[in-house]
Amino acid sequence: MQEICTFFENIPPLALDVLWLVAVLILVIAYITVCALLLVYLERKVAGFVQRRPGPYEVGPYGILQSACDAVKLVVKQIIKPAHVDPGLYFLAPILSFFPVLLLFLPLPFSRLLTGMNVNLGILLVLAFSGINVIAVLLAGVSSNNKFGLLGAARGVSQSVAYEIPLLLSTLAIAMMTGSLSFTEIVEGQGGWPWQWNIILQPVAFVIFIFSMFGETNRLPFDLPEGESELTGGFHTEYSGMGFGLFFLAEYANMVVVCSIATALFLGGYKGPFLDGPWWFLAKSWTLLFFMLWVRFTYPRIRFDQMLNLNWKWLLPLGVLNLLATAFAMKFFPVVANFFGFGGAA
Amino acid sequence: MKCLMNVVLYVTDIAKGLWSLVVGLAITGRYALSRHKTVRYPFAVVAKENTETFRGPIELVGLPKDPSTPKCISCMLCVQACPSNCISVKKQAAPKMTPEQQKAFDEAVARGENPKKPAAPRNPAEYHYDFTYCSLCACCVEACPVNSIRFSHELYLAGTRREDFNMDLLARLKRTAAKDAQKAAKPAATDPATTTAAVGAGKATAEEATA
Amino acid sequence: MHNTPLFPKDMKGDFYSCHFEKGKQEDTIILNLGPQHPSTHGVLRILCEMDGEYVLRAEPVLGYLHRMQEKMGEIKYPAQYMNNMGRVDYLNPMSWNWAFVGAAEKVMGVEVSERCEYARVIAMELSRIASHLVGWGAWILDLGATTPILYAFDDREDVLDIIQELCGSRLTNVYFRVGGVCKDITPRAVQLIKEFIPSMRKRIPMYHALVTKNMILRGRIEGIGIIDRDVCNRYGCTGPVSRGAGIAHDTRRAEPHSVYPKLDFNIPVYTEACSMARYKVRLDEIEQSLNILEQCIEQMPAEGDVLPAKNIKFNTKLPAGEAYYAVEGARGKVGVWIASDGGKYPYRVKLRAPGFCSLSCFAEVAKGMLLADAIAVLGSLDLVIPEVDR
Repeated sequence: MQEICTFFENIPPLALDVLWLVAVLILVIAYITVCALLLVYLERKVAGFVQRRPGPYEVGPYGILQSACDAVKLVVKQIIKPAHVDPGLYFLAPILSFFPVLLLFLPLPFSRLLTGMNVNLGILLVLAFSGINVIAVLLAGVSSNNKFGLLGAARGVSQSVAYEIPLLLSTLAIAMMTGSLSFTEIVEGQGGWPWQWNIILQPVAFVIFIFSMFGETNRLPFDLPEGESELTGGFHTEYSGMGFGLFFLAEYANMVVVCSIATALFLGGYKGPFLDGPWWFLAKSWTLLFFMLWVRFTYPRIRFDQMLNLNWKWLLPLGVLNLLATAFAMKFFPVVANFFGFGGAA
Repeated sequence: MKCLMNVVLYVTDIAKGLWSLVVGLAITGRYALSRHKTVRYPFAVVAKENTETFRGPIELVGLPKDPSTPKCISCMLCVQACPSNCISVKKQAAPKMTPEQQKAFDEAVARGENPKKPAAPRNPAEYHYDFTYCSLCACCVEACPVNSIRFSHELYLAGTRREDFNMDLLARLKRTAAKDAQKAAKPAATDPATTTAAVGAGKATAEEATA
Repeated sequence: MHNTPLFPKDMKGDFYSCHFEKGKQEDTIILNLGPQHPSTHGVLRILCEMDGEYVLRAEPVLGYLHRMQEKMGEIKYPAQYMNNMGRVDYLNPMSWNWAFVGAAEKVMGVEVSERCEYARVIAMELSRIASHLVGWGAWILDLGATTPILYAFDDREDVLDIIQELCGSRLTNVYFRVGGVCKDITPRAVQLIKEFIPSMRKRIPMYHALVTKNMILRGRIEGIGIIDRDVCNRYGCTGPVSRGAGIAHDTRRAEPHSVYPKLDFNIPVYTEACSMARYKVRLDEIEQSLNILEQCIEQMPAEGDVLPAKNIKFNTKLPAGEAYYAVEGARGKVGVWIASDGGKYPYRVKLRAPGFCSLSCFAEVAKGMLLADAIAVLGSLDLVIPEVDR
């Protein structure tokens, strides 16, 4: 034991950091893969059950291996490069869409200690890197020499850019309340019971976050960049095999990220009434994921201009108002509380 | 005042709209928990009463006394009636006369009589049916003067080659007739009393063997 | 202009794109929707000139599913041609069945028994319900909701069970015969219809709650794609398209035939002329068809020969003469005109497809629309491409 400790003490701190990062990245990739496989399975099962059919049930017990087979199929399929595409950008786009997602998982607080990288600016990091996805969508659409792809990319860019703002505003309200941009501290600021969660104090921010969550991840009812009935496949029309697979993986990974963030910000993260730990975090985030799937199989797709209207005319003003109200309350609530002789938390 | 009313209407409209989203989720959620409507095909099949009226590929009807021979009289009406030319029937050739018969026939002709050649059997020699062209229009079934064609109720028809659907209906009739004969023979064996007896006998023989 | 080559060398693409591209403005793109496109329901092709998301011009290109149905009528006996009538419009085959049989009977001067008329009405209304269910579900699928179509198919399966009981096939039904129908209505069919009517009535409120009242769907189709009275008149739109525009024209009432005058039902009419109006007309028509079915089951005489007379065979010729017979299909007025010169086969068979007229107005309606709206309007026309192309 002593030897092991000294062994670790002897490693230079930078190397230790690098080692830790590599280990975390490997774990994150594993988690993303498991999540994607599970989500594909869950999505098909939810679709099946909502539509009164069993969904996949043939491969493995209850069809659980179906998504693994799908993954194998995607990997071994030929990657077709259509004529007149820009090969560099065309192949860069799926990679660019997937790899930033790995970084998004780093600051997620699965438990008090189980965090890839406990940075002070966790929220900022996530928001900054999620923006790279926009470039991937744009490159995919523009480089693939397809008009549907081009339209999808145009939609994707304006949608992602638009929905990042209310997302930021709603997270800012929470950050302002907690006084920190670190996920761990935000979770620590909440209690275990539902009435101690931020969702009670910030319901408007939560609603805005939920809307933006669907917008950011291009999920139905906001799946306009793909919009298969209008744009056949949108920005990934021309992609096949693993090119498409990476977009697919990135979409599911993004879903997991936004649901995890919502859990950490609004739903008390890893805290529960008893036995705090990652299981609470997973349970809450997967409930949100399930909700996203459920919504997908219930609603029609919203129209493009309506979606932007919803964003610019409703979510953005609401977010600003909510932020102002939060700031106002943060400033005056302690004063009022002191005046009346209760509270005094801040 | 009117302005206020409009605002109220606007807000209630939005509230109603948002409520409609909740209602939608409730409906799909309720159905998600309800029983499935589909039949898990390889493991379960549709109830028989549903397939009894289904019109599958046509088949020949056997004579009541001899189920392996079709009622068909090779009149070729079905071949003419078929709008897609998917039926081809070959008549049986008249049996060749033996030398004695031939001799008698020649003599009769020489005598100025009008003897009859031995008639060809009325049953077809070949009855081929190409299901790939068939549109199940029932023209042949309705045209048949002796009701020798009917629709089968074959629902789960699958093949790996095009030729699988080029059916020889005479062979098919023979197969089904043989199957029916087997089935008819079976009930005696599958009668509960006899089966238990048979099982008992089997046990007894097994015991004897071990002893 | 006259010496412009038909296929200019510098233009790529086929005849249609070459000519569509001639009027192209600057800074627009020509988008080719179809013939393989998820929301053109088969192989319809629409050339669109797009300014960003807006459709500046649209031109439907037809013929990718042309099967020479009319020509086939000229080389077959009427009875042999019947199975084509199950295939012109595979979602609503009974109306084509009836239109052809009606025209042939008119030429031949054949009357059918009352029980047979009721059987025909039952088949027709069942087919209409099935067709509207698919049209509804597929359209909502175009708008992005994946689930309603499966609920619609759930109900449609029940209808198909009944239709199978009637005529033995679930799709491409050929129930009608010149001078009758192919099979009598069995007690089981009556039983199934009696069970189906209340179950379907229970489902319609669910459809409204899940889809019609949905905020997103209302935003998508309310006030979108105005096809008004004038457009309907100019292009000859019938059926739900014209009834959504306030034209209370229904062939069942306007040209009373069969036992429809004895039946009590309303013609749902909406005046908004938008996609929502057409949608509502369809759902209301399902309810009206259920009413008709209920009355038919009650009023149908127990006696009567429904099978065609023995003297009508597969090779029965039509006497010289011509006749036109129209019925109200699910998509509008379905008409068949037969001209016979007394020869072996009919001299000419003309099929009037309602979908063709509905599609014709699309080019005018889609001008200046968002692409998503154009798709929604295309779905609201409830097109069946095999019927449009024939």
